[in-house]
Amino acid sequence: MINAVTNILLTGVGGQGILLASEIICKVMITSGHDVKKSEVHGMAQRGGSVNSHVRYGEKVFSPIAGKGDVDILISFEKLETLRYLDYLKPDGMIIINDTELYPPSVNLGEATYPEDILEIVQKQFETVKVVNASDIAVKAGNIRTANTAMLGVLSMYLDTIGVDVWKNVLRNFFPEKTVKVNLIAFDLGRKA
Amino acid sequence: MHELMSGNEAIARGAYECGVRFASAYPGTPSTEINEEFSKYEGVYAEWSPNEKIAVEVGIGAALAGAKSMVVMKHVGVNVAADPLFTVSYTGTNGALVIITADDPSMHSSQNEQDNRNYAKFAKIPMLEPADSQEAKDYIKIAFDISKEFDTPVFLRMTTRVSHSKSIVRLEDPVDTKDTTEIRHNPAKYVMVPFHARVRRVQVEKRMQDLRDFAETFSENRMEINDKDVGIITAGMPYNYAKDVFREYSYLKLGMVYPLPVKLIREFASKVKQFYVVEELDPFIEEQIKALGLNVTGKEIFPYANEFDPGMVKTAIEGKNDNLVDLPPLKIPPRPPNLCPGCPHRGLFYVLGKLKAFVTGDIGCYTLSFMKPLEGMDSCICMGASIGMAHGMSKALKDKGKGKVVGVIGDSTFIHSGIIPLLNMAYNKSNAVIVICDNKTTAMTGMQEHPATGFTLQGEETKSLDFATLASALGIDSVRVIDPYDIKNTRTVMKEELSKDGPSVVISRRACALLNRDQTEVRKPLKINPEKCTGCKICLGLGCPPISWKNFENMPESDVKKKTKKQKGIAVIDSSLCNGCTLCQQLCSAGAIEEV
Repeated sequence: MINAVTNILLTGVGGQGILLASEIICKVMITSGHDVKKSEVHGMAQRGGSVNSHVRYGEKVFSPIAGKGDVDILISFEKLETLRYLDYLKPDGMIIINDTELYPPSVNLGEATYPEDILEIVQKQFETVKVVNASDIAVKAGNIRTANTAMLGVLSMYLDTIGVDVWKNVLRNFFPEKTVKVNLIAFDLGRKA
Repeated sequence: MHELMSGNEAIARGAYECGVRFASAYPGTPSTEINEEFSKYEGVYAEWSPNEKIAVEVGIGAALAGAKSMVVMKHVGVNVAADPLFTVSYTGTNGALVIITADDPSMHSSQNEQDNRNYAKFAKIPMLEPADSQEAKDYIKIAFDISKEFDTPVFLRMTTRVSHSKSIVRLEDPVDTKDTTEIRHNPAKYVMVPFHARVRRVQVEKRMQDLRDFAETFSENRMEINDKDVGIITAGMPYNYAKDVFREYSYLKLGMVYPLPVKLIREFASKVKQFYVVEELDPFIEEQIKALGLNVTGKEIFPYANEFDPGMVKTAIEGKNDNLVDLPPLKIPPRPPNLCPGCPHRGLFYVLGKLKAFVTGDIGCYTLSFMKPLEGMDSCICMGASIGMAHGMSKALKDKGKGKVVGVIGDSTFIHSGIIPLLNMAYNKSNAVIVICDNKTTAMTGMQEHPATGFTLQGEETKSLDFATLASALGIDSVRVIDPYDIKNTRTVMKEELSKDGPSVVISRRACALLNRDQTEVRKPLKINPEKCTGCKICLGLGCPPISWKNFENMPESDVKKKTKKQKGIAVIDSSLCNGCTLCQQLCSAGAIEEV
């Protein structure tokens, strides 16, 4: 096989739980028998800056980051951040977008405008675009901070070779006891979104 | 047992497995987690030293006593530690000493992109470079073995991508450790006066020759012969990038980047038709290969700056990348990191930005305040530079600089390398004002303890440095303490100190908003009353993430409440992000900012 590695790129804003979500994907893939590597940059970016995390899995993975044009699935936790990483996608890559807008400083100050047509741009370029409001799902589940788990629920529907039980077992072991239930609810609601 | 680990976690684990029980470090991205993780293992001693030079000296002391000691720092930390490093290369180590340098290609969180492989050559210290977490764990063990066998300090070079990427690591049981420490006198080896050093100098060259011989048969300098048309010589993370896109080519993967295995390189070159060096930053390997008279391609097609990725390596060698999507030109507002909501630096730098002084800055979260809208900092060079620069500038400007030069430095950075420059200001009769931003932690790297927090790395209570007493002892007559959450007083005190003759110190004291231990007051989030907001935008000048601008034209007609004819919109606070620091409330002359 020329490229047996699947590339997932998670993007968003520092504080949205992106690194946690990518950690969970890795554990799911390890449980499913894959070699896995992931990469992100800590430090300055966490201060409300743009954040990304690469997850790559397959029989044997070398690089922990994907190159431009290599990503199979882009999971964007914030609308604007989708655009920033669009060039990483394969021409037939798919996108999952959280329908949330977080304004960067230049927009807050009124010096730049937040693009209004993000979804149109993305849908014009790529065939498979799934838009969900993960924050709404999280609130419905009972805790706004489970938006990242809701996004994983959405993702799980597109990775159909991985059984739902694998995901749920990883989630059960990952979260502290008292937040397992609400995360499982958010995950299930994400699957139905 | 297998576990998903970052390169940094794997180093800590590897060191523990091979019997290391002693580590010193100063935090710095991307190296910080190595010592943090190591400190959690049973029976280890791990410390945050005040700076990297001290960390190395602590490590040397432990090694001379017979311990296996590990010293950890980011790439620029090696500059600070260079003095002892160049001479411990002469003395050798007795026990074992491994120095980890975590380089930062692309400068994700650094002020420069220096390639510390050059230090290996310069200081005549061998250097290993792992490519992933498993190798990080294996190589730290090998580094300690080499240190012991060749009586030399050893460098282990990490890069951000190896430190902060995660991959699967095979865990092993720790070896049994026994106490190997004792006092051993050996002045001819450890007292580096000229007539001892001259003897050791010759010994260093002998050792380097032995290491060159070792490199030829070192199992981690590995040849993978596949398609002989193209050969790639590489090391560290770039090996993965190349392997990802060119699995069919032949490789010479170097686990040891200094000294190089010359015979092995010649043998590899003879086996392939054409060959490349794939290395980030400096042409460190490439120049040495070219000096052998071999025709290798490197920086002719690869960039000097920034980290690589698989697509970039493919494009450089093949000249194209067919995979890319054809995108329309996109106008994307940047999203730089920002000071957090409630950050105590914000009030201080808001005031400094309005004072129109030249603010020499330093390394820390507060460096971000150079950006709009605060614009409260004018320079940032290296750890501790703020104080020396403020002094030099005020001396050079003479009367023109009076009341116009301020140096700003964080608490941990001040301890790292600001104390002696402050002594210099008193000694040489300076005229600038130094602000120590005391947020009671090393915030930028993720909340590490330091000598003024009252706790050690391993959580023990300890002495806590008093900045005011220290400044007085150094000879600073005017020392003031302010709360940066109080804008009016901050402004008053800064103006008073700038108008005085002689150096002053202002301690801007307020715990980092993310430091739970020191959050004693209950603060309530704020909101903006649209009925009262006059749209003056003064609150937006704080650059606080929860505060944004809303144009009237984007609001329903019924919500538009104009207070003046010219008013174009209102400010809005996202109360879910607000921590209630009240800075905006203090600035709002319309009284529009209220508790939720």
